[in-house]
Amino acid sequence: MNPESLTQIFINACLINNFVLAYFLGICPFLGVSGKVDTASKMGGAVTFVMLISSVCAYGIHALLVAIDAPFLQLISYIVVIASTVQLVEMIIKKVSPALFKALGIFLPLITTNCAILGLALFQTNKGYDLLQSVVYALGAGAGFSLALVLIAGLREQLDLAEVPEVIKGTVLTLIVAGILSLAFMGFSGLGGQ
Amino acid sequence: MKNKGKNIPTSTDEFIKGLWKENPVFVQVLGMCPVLAVSNTALNALAMGMATAFVLLMSNILVSLLRNFIPKEVRIASYILIIATFVTITDYAIQAISVELHKSLGAFISLIVVNCLILSRAEAFASKNKLGRSIMDALGMGTGFLFALFCLGAVREVLGSGSFFGVSLFPLDFQEWVVMILPAGGFFTLAAWLLIFNLTKRKEAGA
Repeated sequence: MNPESLTQIFINACLINNFVLAYFLGICPFLGVSGKVDTASKMGGAVTFVMLISSVCAYGIHALLVAIDAPFLQLISYIVVIASTVQLVEMIIKKVSPALFKALGIFLPLITTNCAILGLALFQTNKGYDLLQSVVYALGAGAGFSLALVLIAGLREQLDLAEVPEVIKGTVLTLIVAGILSLAFMGFSGLGGQ
Repeated sequence: MKNKGKNIPTSTDEFIKGLWKENPVFVQVLGMCPVLAVSNTALNALAMGMATAFVLLMSNILVSLLRNFIPKEVRIASYILIIATFVTITDYAIQAISVELHKSLGAFISLIVVNCLILSRAEAFASKNKLGRSIMDALGMGTGFLFALFCLGAVREVLGSGSFFGVSLFPLDFQEWVVMILPAGGFFTLAAWLLIFNLTKRKEAGA
């Protein structure tokens, strides 16, 4: 059991230890779909949803694995749950909004291999969060991921208009901006007390 | 490793392409998360690179051997299960070898499972090629990944802590670039390496 309060967990996951900018989790979609604010925010929503479900599932699985004394199955069972959740989200989005489905493209199935989600499941297990804490942690991490994605997308939209040398365009420029953003987010350390 | 490549001449190219022309990190920009996260010291980078290369090799071998038995519809799920198995083995092995190293790499060993590089090699190469070529491909890509990780780790450790593999390099009054060990330094160093790569490529194209 972990004594941290719920607000503390949320702020910690969202701002101080932002999954993208401090833990480097979920860099692939971060670089891939951060071209437009609109797509970025929807991607953030999809990832948050998957995080929430897999976080609850991971909590259940962990309890089960402890009960049957088989901790070595942890990784395999987590990844299977995440993969099926992503499949579910993919089907829902395809049905509800085909346009969004197209915009997200290959990055939708790739949520499965988004380290942020597996990372979340592993971290919450390591920290010993209970069910409510896990849910808040997932919400915080999802919010932090969406925030980072939308921020960088906004910056990139502006940068499209700027004149930069040809060699820097693309990934290099995004990485430099991400670095500066990461520096800015360090300003939040000290908010949560740890 | 290179001698082994010479015995099978057709496979040498498979090996070399991973090192430079299709370097997984600098050219394909795959598997970024561990690259940035654990490259704050040269030792961490090396250990992480080796662990990833091992998983890549083993999963490529198994995927290549099983490529005719895995139904197409469930192939991605099967690949992930194969990868997860080897990552679990690696995780326990590292814990047995050095608890300290296991601590400093943290959850990132488990996160090798979701390294896009491994899945993409399984899907794009090992599932379509014979065992020998898949092994060479995995060795090349693994070495390329290791090389890139080491490049980043070395730069960040030398500038950020003024040391290399824990050995102090500079006189005492050297002011460390603290930013290099912080997350932001990872982004900057990777950007700098990519820039160098882009510049070289442009020169080659122009010449």
